[in-house]
Amino acid sequence: MSTDIESIFKKYKQGRREYLIPLLQEIQNDLGYLSEEAIVRVGSFVGLSTTKIYGLATFYDQFRFVPSGKVQIKICHGTSCFLNGSQSVTDKIKEETGIIPGQTTRDGIFSYEIVTCMGGCNNGPLISINGEYHTGVKPEQLPDLIRKLRFIIEND
Amino acid sequence: MEDLKKFLVEKVLTFESDTLLPETEKKLQQIRREKISTPVIYLASGTGSIIAGSEKTFLAIRSYLDDNGTVSDLVRVGCSGPANFEPFLCIQLPGKNKLFFRNITEEKVEPLLNGIFHNDINEEDLAGQKGTRGFEMWPGIPFLEELPFFSRQKRVVLENCGCYDPENIDEYIARGGFRAFVKAIRHYTFEEVCTIVEKSGLRGRSGGGYPAGLKWKQALNTGSSSRYLICNAKESDPGAFTDRTILESDPHRLVEGIAIASYAIGASSALIFLRYGSEHARFRIQKAIDNAREYGLLGHNIFQSGYNLDIEIRIEPGAFVCGEETALISSLEGKRGMPKLKPPYPTTAGLFGKPTVINNVETLMNVPLIMQNGPEWYRSLGTEKSPGTKVFAITGKCRITGVVEVEMGTEIKTILEDIADGIKEGKEFKAIQLGGASGSFITSDNLDITIDYEVMKEKNISMGAGGFVVVDENTCMVDLVRYYMEFMRNGSCGKCIPCREGTGRMLEILEGVIRKPSNDDSGTTLERFKGVMQLENIASVMKDTSLCGLGQTAPNPFISALKNFREEFEEHIFDRKCRANICRGLRTFSIDVDKCTGCTACASKCPVNAIYGTRLQPFFIVVEKCTGCGICFDICKFSAITVK
Repeated sequence: MSTDIESIFKKYKQGRREYLIPLLQEIQNDLGYLSEEAIVRVGSFVGLSTTKIYGLATFYDQFRFVPSGKVQIKICHGTSCFLNGSQSVTDKIKEETGIIPGQTTRDGIFSYEIVTCMGGCNNGPLISINGEYHTGVKPEQLPDLIRKLRFIIEND
Repeated sequence: MEDLKKFLVEKVLTFESDTLLPETEKKLQQIRREKISTPVIYLASGTGSIIAGSEKTFLAIRSYLDDNGTVSDLVRVGCSGPANFEPFLCIQLPGKNKLFFRNITEEKVEPLLNGIFHNDINEEDLAGQKGTRGFEMWPGIPFLEELPFFSRQKRVVLENCGCYDPENIDEYIARGGFRAFVKAIRHYTFEEVCTIVEKSGLRGRSGGGYPAGLKWKQALNTGSSSRYLICNAKESDPGAFTDRTILESDPHRLVEGIAIASYAIGASSALIFLRYGSEHARFRIQKAIDNAREYGLLGHNIFQSGYNLDIEIRIEPGAFVCGEETALISSLEGKRGMPKLKPPYPTTAGLFGKPTVINNVETLMNVPLIMQNGPEWYRSLGTEKSPGTKVFAITGKCRITGVVEVEMGTEIKTILEDIADGIKEGKEFKAIQLGGASGSFITSDNLDITIDYEVMKEKNISMGAGGFVVVDENTCMVDLVRYYMEFMRNGSCGKCIPCREGTGRMLEILEGVIRKPSNDDSGTTLERFKGVMQLENIASVMKDTSLCGLGQTAPNPFISALKNFREEFEEHIFDRKCRANICRGLRTFSIDVDKCTGCTACASKCPVNAIYGTRLQPFFIVVEKCTGCGICFDICKFSAITVK
């Protein structure tokens, strides 16, 4: 892992603050989240204290600080999906998984987040599960879907 | 490949005369696929199409062509607008007009292609044909451009969208692309380009409507050693997707627009600030930039003009407030995206303290056209004060959703009734919301308003970046306002108190209005009344004292909804009733004793066990326990459950 971060660092100039966000984004793409170690090392690379970097990273929605689950769910909360009832879809997912957006379940299987618009405005509510889109989702389909996904992951 | 590149650069881009040689034109026609010898299949492939399943369709077509040994080209093109038609397929047979088919999912591919290649056209999925000069017409098939969706539009910015392969720069050059940029850097000075754009009257399309040419001149005249151009492609309003569609369907023209704008202000570095999560758009714009660099259109000393330019993509890390200019700059500098006081404006001190021009995608898309056709041509479109066209992303409860472009001066009614084809399922129209999460509502009394910066300013309506949300009678305005307020609360950066506390407090009060009264004797009723009395006051304080546009406009949906739908608010507050039956907390369910068969379906699904009864006898709902989720209502096969 440490070598990965090293190779990302090579692409950027040291001590330049304007590269901080691209740097963090690339690390997150690579690791899936920002680990404590990564943030400390980015701090010494850019020349900023760790608290400042935490302050910045928590300001933005994109960054997460716990590994994401094996099943990543994105729920669209764009206006169109909202008008078609994405709120009840979110509530149902919250109820089924027992976590809030940005968290990961203890068994490391599920994590979900809310995004503003994914582009499927025509047939909302739209959710994406590991990049696969599901359109016109109804809350009552979700318990079965989530049970099925859990079964697949656990028996994998 | 190298030959083609050399040909395009020498015979098209850097050719001395404006009129090309006849043999060049002939070759360009081939690249544009106007002269074909084998059938060509075009498949729309924007994000919306992929969600509708276009990739599966693509694979199905591929395997059909392979299995049947049919020699035919399969091309991915951008989105042409109507989202309901996705996956949108177009087939062109040699010498004949293009035929368009809608909703071609993978299982429809085989019968459709079988039919086409044996002259038996499936009328059911047919959208129409596109008339092109010199091609044979299909008899008895309607023209696509005569559909109200297309005929009422004026496609200038979107003219290339859905017509060519966005990953192929050759096609763009063959369509006349990049010639405006080469002309600009060879024949005009910085100042002259600014003047041309100023004369054209192009106004910033991000909502404010500030004249683009004037902005560029301000940056140019600062006398600084370096300047920056930023293309704001952040577009994080919920329900707006115009920029993304453009980026996915015509990225080359955006690159050209950025290049011309950068030249006009003498910037040698341009940045595209792109929203995170739009991977497809990022891939295409990155490819467009790389291709332009290969052709020598970007980089060092472009076509021996002595002008250098490079374009970089930066991904916005997810903060709504970064759409504000100064916050956007802070974010690019590697800081928290928080707005600063203006002045100084970015045109004097922007990114790293240097003069910076920030334009949005749609504004920049207009620039190559103005350079190519001249400012007079641009003036001839639209109205006197607001020339040109405007792109909207139509979403919500209308029959056709998607990206459309209309001439300035078009009535909103035309967009709603002709282009979007009215309201879905015969429901009654309630309102249109323009301008994203901070826009105001347009009701049926105001539908004759024209799309024009001056007119809309007079009526206190913001044009916004292109969101056009249609709302029908089944939508609860209080709930919608709450949703926007929640979005704003999450988007507030927290720097200034009116916005940070105001959005939070307003959300709290609105939530109180739609929450279930657990017990009317407790303090909740009093609290609700007290809160409601303060709402208008908070809104006006926020408007007057917030630091940036986000806080100043955050109460807009509320103010406008209260003005137009006051009775709906009153019903929620006093009668505890939601007429659209959306607000969960205010719904009461009951079981019709005559219709209930006692099948136990509702009782077994109720998440709070509020339904009791004996099997095969009518059940009943304990109102105190019910949370109003509505699962029983959806599940009952005998429509025995009624909602009030």
